[in-house]
Amino acid sequence: MAKQINVALIGNPNTGKTSVFNALTGLNQKVGNYPGITVEKKEGICKLPRGVKAHIIDLPGTYSLNASSLDENVVIELLLNKNDKDFPDVAVVVSDVENLKRNLLLFTQIKDLEIPSILVINMSDRMAYKGISLDIDYLEQQLETKIALISTRKNKGIGELKELIANYKDLSTKPCLNASSIDEDYFNNLRKAFPNQLLYKLWLVITQDVNFGKTDRNTIDAVSDFKTKTKADLKRLQQKETIKRYQFINNTLKKGQTIDLASAKDLRVKLDRILTHKVWGYLIFGIILLTIFQAIYDWAQIPMELIDSAFASLSEWTKNTLPDGAFTSLIAEGIIPGLGGIVIFIPQIAFLFLFISILEESGYMSRVVFLMDRIMRRFGLSGKSVVPLISGTACAIPAIMATRNIESWKERLITILVTPFTTCSARLPVYLIIIELVIPEGRFLGLGYQPLTLMLLYLIGFGAAVGSAWILNKILKIRSKTFFVVEMPNYKLPLFKNVALTVLEKTKAFVFGAGKIILAISIILWFLASYGPGEQFNNADTIVTEQFASENLSEDELQQKIASHKLEHSFIGITGRAIEPAIRPLGYDWKIGIAIVSSFAAREVFVGTLATIYSVGSDEEETIKNRMAGEVNPILGGPLFNFASGISLLLFYAFAMQCMSTLAIVKRETNSWKWPMYQLVIMSAFAYLVALAAFQMLK
Amino acid sequence: MTLAELKRGQQGTIKDVSSIHIPLKLLEMGCLPGNSVELVQVAPFADPMYLNINGSHLAIRKETAVHIIIEVING
Repeated sequence: MAKQINVALIGNPNTGKTSVFNALTGLNQKVGNYPGITVEKKEGICKLPRGVKAHIIDLPGTYSLNASSLDENVVIELLLNKNDKDFPDVAVVVSDVENLKRNLLLFTQIKDLEIPSILVINMSDRMAYKGISLDIDYLEQQLETKIALISTRKNKGIGELKELIANYKDLSTKPCLNASSIDEDYFNNLRKAFPNQLLYKLWLVITQDVNFGKTDRNTIDAVSDFKTKTKADLKRLQQKETIKRYQFINNTLKKGQTIDLASAKDLRVKLDRILTHKVWGYLIFGIILLTIFQAIYDWAQIPMELIDSAFASLSEWTKNTLPDGAFTSLIAEGIIPGLGGIVIFIPQIAFLFLFISILEESGYMSRVVFLMDRIMRRFGLSGKSVVPLISGTACAIPAIMATRNIESWKERLITILVTPFTTCSARLPVYLIIIELVIPEGRFLGLGYQPLTLMLLYLIGFGAAVGSAWILNKILKIRSKTFFVVEMPNYKLPLFKNVALTVLEKTKAFVFGAGKIILAISIILWFLASYGPGEQFNNADTIVTEQFASENLSEDELQQKIASHKLEHSFIGITGRAIEPAIRPLGYDWKIGIAIVSSFAAREVFVGTLATIYSVGSDEEETIKNRMAGEVNPILGGPLFNFASGISLLLFYAFAMQCMSTLAIVKRETNSWKWPMYQLVIMSAFAYLVALAAFQMLK
Repeated sequence: MTLAELKRGQQGTIKDVSSIHIPLKLLEMGCLPGNSVELVQVAPFADPMYLNINGSHLAIRKETAVHIIIEVING
């Protein structure tokens, strides 16, 4: 069998590169990370004609090989390192027919690295609409390449592209631009110092701050008779290079592309007159957000109730079917309720990811950046901080990674620090169950109290994020240059396949990522709750029976008393009661305390933990919600989860920093433990105080 | 005049860019002398500015726009 062809997909953002990737690989793809960094690595397998297989990497989108972010570094690091196992045999450069001129800049740079390259011109279905016609033969000749004119939307040209990839050996590796023409003297010196190296590659090594393996910057600096230039000089040369490339591209397109402006239509400008309008723009944005929250709440209810009762019956069934013993009760009382606590939130999390990916795919997210920049700047943030803050409603981890395209370090740092305040999907399970328990069902102006409470919690999260940003902006003394460039891409109807794959991928990552932690914690908790030291636990049967001997209790009631006595004197009960004094002023009992402590690993553990604690020793088939509703406050009497303690819990979860993965990501992105530690201590202390105040005022 | 003074709907030609103050990324997106520029939309307080530079639709802040010298063609 022939060896796999390594294919790298490269292109500007918004060219439909991911659609091309999805069209080539379908479901044969996996998402991982580049070793040591948190940049997402997407790769897949594509079957080519004549039984050849291609290994395809979807590289992060970039406007050029001059990297300005970690994601973009990945692209040049791969293209400059011939020894990398993923080094491409062929580069597939994806461009958008409407932005061909700008997209070709990157193409000419890749050509100059003498890597065999195919130019994909995507969105060809838009040509007639835009009045564009192309002379493909002429362009292929001028650019020394093969062109695939495709439309991922209409599923056209993919077969031809596969054919071209299979025949990559026929591609020319002639460069587009003579690198020496940037600065003759300088490049002649370079050539003399490094006779065996490709000039353009050397130039990139000199101008970029990335790690290139053997020929890194230091070896260049170490050659004594060769001097690199000052930063300002280098930048001037980079500008000259850009101008030269555009001259070449303009000359090529003058003959190769004709645009009939008379027949061109531009929906973008017309839509943007409304969508980015001073008044309508904000109003529409508000309505979109409101719709999303109402939808998440209403639409997900039915599948959630089904899942909840399904897990309750599964647990019951396991208990009745498997032989009695420790193992059965571990499964029925530890693992199943623990996992049920997370599976139940799949519908909502999937909806949330669905909406976010539609906003991104359609191009609307850039308009939000534009609308919000001025307002956000007042709080020391950037318009680009809106994207992390909105995607933070799904999960803070990708959100913090999404801060990378914020150009100013100060704005970026503040965004990273405040993003964990936004209501992530892991808080959702906690919010939903408590709202169900303590907020009445009525409606106000057609909107239910419960969804309104949820909306309010989201607003509190954003408010806390923005407010703390404002404070941080005053405190932090960091001077950094602010550059702000946002592309406003054309509006596109989101492709079903792209959206579906994103939702599937993200939901899977969330469930399995959280699932592992929850499974481990459920097992530990079950052990701690099922065993205990000393007389009180081991002789619970006799102690309780004697204690209640005078009261005529039924067998069932007695069993309940025994179970709760055991739980109280188990390892977990002892620990819980030890911390109870600290949380009692907040309106919680020791069981909630345990749930809070275990949720410092991850918030969504809360529900699973309570489910595990409450189901240990209970025989009845019950949903988590009903068990919680039945809990009684040991001191004050009445339901444990009432309005005051419910609100107190909601606020605690809104502000506390309870996610180890987020802390780890913040450490990686800020390169120091200082910032995540500040987050942990300050956010959690604030949460405690607010929860305390809320309970004391409401009780 | 500078790009920051351009009015909505007006078109101009870029005359000069101060390369120290302008990110390379903006140059690469087509903000180079000789290219056309049009103001499509402004956010409240006229900042940021939504531009069409040589066919690229992008938004930049006013503080960057003052470093780009232009000549108005019409409007």
